[in-house]
Amino acid sequence: MLREHIADVRLTHADRDVYDPSDDSFALVDALVKAAEGWHDTPPRICVEVGSGSGYITCSVALLLQHLGVTAHCIATDINPAALRATEQTLHAHNVASRVDLVRSDLLLGLRQRLHGAVDLLVFNPPYVPTPDEEVLRTGIAQAWAGGYRGRVIIDRFLPLVGDLLSPQGQLFLVTVAENDPEEIISIMQQHGLLGRIVLRRKADEEHLSIIWPIWDFVGENQRGQGATHLTGLANEGQHFHMCAPFLGR
Amino acid sequence: MKLLTHNMLSCHIKGVQNGFPFKIEPVKVEQIDADYDPDFLRHIYPRLEWKALCEAAATMGAPGLPEEVTEEMLQDDDFLRSFHHALLELVLEEGSLVCPETGRQFPVHKGVPNLLLNEDEN
Repeated sequence: MLREHIADVRLTHADRDVYDPSDDSFALVDALVKAAEGWHDTPPRICVEVGSGSGYITCSVALLLQHLGVTAHCIATDINPAALRATEQTLHAHNVASRVDLVRSDLLLGLRQRLHGAVDLLVFNPPYVPTPDEEVLRTGIAQAWAGGYRGRVIIDRFLPLVGDLLSPQGQLFLVTVAENDPEEIISIMQQHGLLGRIVLRRKADEEHLSIIWPIWDFVGENQRGQGATHLTGLANEGQHFHMCAPFLGR
Repeated sequence: MKLLTHNMLSCHIKGVQNGFPFKIEPVKVEQIDADYDPDFLRHIYPRLEWKALCEAAATMGAPGLPEEVTEEMLQDDDFLRSFHHALLELVLEEGSLVCPETGRQFPVHKGVPNLLLNEDEN
């Protein structure tokens, strides 16, 4: 059972300046566990988590890859130094510290140029809570949740990067809540050639969580006559996403 | 930070044209053991800037990577093992990354590079 090979909350480092794993983190890891069923056949080689916080999610990815015997390069970023220390501690407590490199950065600044078209697995549990816009600029733990108007300020900075970063087999996992308007996020992704899908919906306390897991819109690309790009001929590789279809609409 | 990560970083100060690769100024380098996986190395090779890896490895105390890589070499165990070592087993624990264009230093502390910019650099 892949489910047994994720991070242990009890071994996840707690720090008053870092967001503890919560329902949103658990929902994201549940979606990743499901996706990991396909990793043996299509191994993600470059995995990136933006805003790793406590490290619970990145650590779960590293453990799943290790269990599946998949060699991958994992990078986790955070803007908050306390979060990076927590991620390091969490990885260390699970004996996977050497499997993830940490970078202090704002989203993916300093990485996005060279990661162009290279990221096979991109994971982001953004600060999605609607707040006054000025709260987004606060430092410390507020950066983990303060999302500004509709909770979209950071998400909207991130979305334009996605299409550039993902490899032809690349997968993104993005946490959203109802206030973020997931349907609108999906339509923005579509402008970047990605077919957004909600793979997991869950009600937790006052939050309606959705995990968005888009795929490249190969059919749309071809129909628009843009198929002669790097995506041509990869439609078959895209097929394996559809094998995960039973997961849709859960 | 492993040299594979170094190969994925570039200076993003506004206006910088040639922010890659960062010159490494090592203070403390550690060696770790990583799983040797030839398939992974062959997969990752096309994504690398090879010259940057060679120079970085030399700076970190592992000179001797060949300047050119051929298809045959990617099947050769001796070569792949030295490639593997440079890419995944040398870790920059303390030191700095220096932008090749501006000379701006980005510190690396406890293995973590800090790429955040000052407000006037954005």
